[in-house]
Amino acid sequence: MDTMTVISLASIISAGLCMGFGVFGPGMGQGRAVQGALSAMAQQPDERNALTRTLFVGLAMIESLAIYCFVISMILIFANPFWMYVTKKVGG
Amino acid sequence: MEIMSISQISPDQVILWQWGFITINATILYTWIVMAIIVIGAWLITRDLSQEIHFSRWQNMLEVIISGISSEIREISQGGEKEYLPLIATLFLFIAVSNMLAIVPAIYLPPTASITTTAALSITVFFAVPIYGIAKQGPLHYLKEYFQPTFIFFPFHIMGELSRTLALAVRLFGNIMSHEKVIAILLAITPLFFPAVMAAMGLILGIIQAYIFSVLTMVYIASASQAHEAHQKKIETAEIKATA
Repeated sequence: MDTMTVISLASIISAGLCMGFGVFGPGMGQGRAVQGALSAMAQQPDERNALTRTLFVGLAMIESLAIYCFVISMILIFANPFWMYVTKKVGG
Repeated sequence: MEIMSISQISPDQVILWQWGFITINATILYTWIVMAIIVIGAWLITRDLSQEIHFSRWQNMLEVIISGISSEIREISQGGEKEYLPLIATLFLFIAVSNMLAIVPAIYLPPTASITTTAALSITVFFAVPIYGIAKQGPLHYLKEYFQPTFIFFPFHIMGELSRTLALAVRLFGNIMSHEKVIAILLAITPLFFPAVMAAMGLILGIIQAYIFSVLTMVYIASASQAHEAHQKKIETAEIKATA
């Protein structure tokens, strides 16, 4: 395999792996967070506002981990610096 | 007409006008448009405010928004909504308007889908936190926070400040950009119905992201300026005990 094949193969496979593994953990975490918030809201409906706000902030914190993975895989697929370098070298 | 192809991940890459080293890209243009909408809208609405029983529905809308934000601030920071309201409400309104306008199809690119805009916003927060902290509790007390509980924790506090600034920027950028990309991909595979549903979901997503950005800003500022109040309370209780 030449360099371009290796780079494109590695980029695509690692973008997929990055999304797969990167979504797995935050998905579990968000599920547990929502579960905890729901049972807390069922027990104390009066505290719903504070619970909802804390839940959203916490979910945003967890979600940002998945978003990091998404940004990395977007960069790997659409704006890969190594791929740009190789194509520029071949083209020019 | 499609102004941003699917392989471009940032509206910075859409260059509309160039003269020498001065470049006007889509991010700058749409930031200006959002700013103009907010400023002109606020000017038009607040031009004839009334305290009578009958007032315009637009004034009602603004009052609902502002009183909602200020009650949210009051709950997080326990008072002090007067001093925090300008920053927090500005961040919320700018992000909310620029996310919500994404419902306009084909011609609008939200400026928050570019990492430069969100980085600028989160750098504002990065500087606002120590400014409010120092203004509230003085430079010495504020700096002492960095050496709590011992001086070993100083680098971790610094790392925490930097990483939460990065997280704030990348969270907003990633959410809005990924939503744009999902709509673009859906347009390519199942046109007409599903992209419209996704775009409608973008309204709630944009509001939630604006809410999260401003609430996190408020939480950071409150945590930087509330240690002093706890300290003050401790002194007061000690004084009460001493007098009793």
